[in-house]
Amino acid sequence: MERASRPAEDLDEDSSVWLRRLGGGDRQAAERDLHARLVRIARAEVRRRAVSTPVTGPELDDIAYQAAADAMLAILAKLGDFRGESRFTTWAYRFVVLEVSAKLGRHYWRNPPVVLDAGQWERLPDRFGLDPERHAQAAGILAEVRRVVDEELTSHQRRVFTAIVVDGVPLDALAAELGVRRNAIYKVIFDARRKIRRALAANGYLEEPGMEQR
Amino acid sequence: MSDMGRLERFLRTDPRDVGCDEAMAVLHVYVDLVAAGQDAAARYPGVAAHLDGCGPCGEDFTGLLLAVTGG
Repeated sequence: MERASRPAEDLDEDSSVWLRRLGGGDRQAAERDLHARLVRIARAEVRRRAVSTPVTGPELDDIAYQAAADAMLAILAKLGDFRGESRFTTWAYRFVVLEVSAKLGRHYWRNPPVVLDAGQWERLPDRFGLDPERHAQAAGILAEVRRVVDEELTSHQRRVFTAIVVDGVPLDALAAELGVRRNAIYKVIFDARRKIRRALAANGYLEEPGMEQR
Repeated sequence: MSDMGRLERFLRTDPRDVGCDEAMAVLHVYVDLVAAGQDAAARYPGVAAHLDGCGPCGEDFTGLLLAVTGG
């Protein structure tokens, strides 16, 4: 594991001030200041991601405020875990950025542009910029991708691959729907990518298996 | 000619990739290094490989970097 290893005695002045304020008599004012920052960051983050989510309008602002509130609770609960490996504000802001991701994933299903298990395989060529009508090689590649998915993946892996790669469901949305961590979905896709690459290389569509041995 | 590039890039995996959980566990440290102009990828090659291959974690990296740099 790639661990952070900065000793706490290296704490920068700004971080020290935050910790003193949050741990002392100025706590309420410090919490107000931190919350205001979290709200500002959350609102900027939902606006930045608005183009890639079906969530719109006031719901985006609601998500931002909820994310800031939940991040604030998590930060205060985990204050003792902060070891000075980064600036305090960077450590704290990470909570709100991750909360925005998780909440956008959950809210996706309130008005999803595509339902789970839609299996829109006809859209796969566009996703990869391939044109099977004009190029026999593209048709062969797409057929091989489909064969690997149908024959070499488990039903769970096939469902995940179809949702993420074929139907374009956001990874965090699928993780929320299936009740699993983001990493579990990523691992399924990672393994599927290796299997498909190996199959395409074996059939001469790709030159090298690539650096995918793990 | 069909563009194999997008598919090829999608299928390319990096054995150094540490996965979402490990990458997110040190994201704040990684972002501070990047914000300070240091070579975060050299210090954390597995995290760099993951952020390159995982869209959602890459988005979180971008969001946190913008948050700390005021972008």
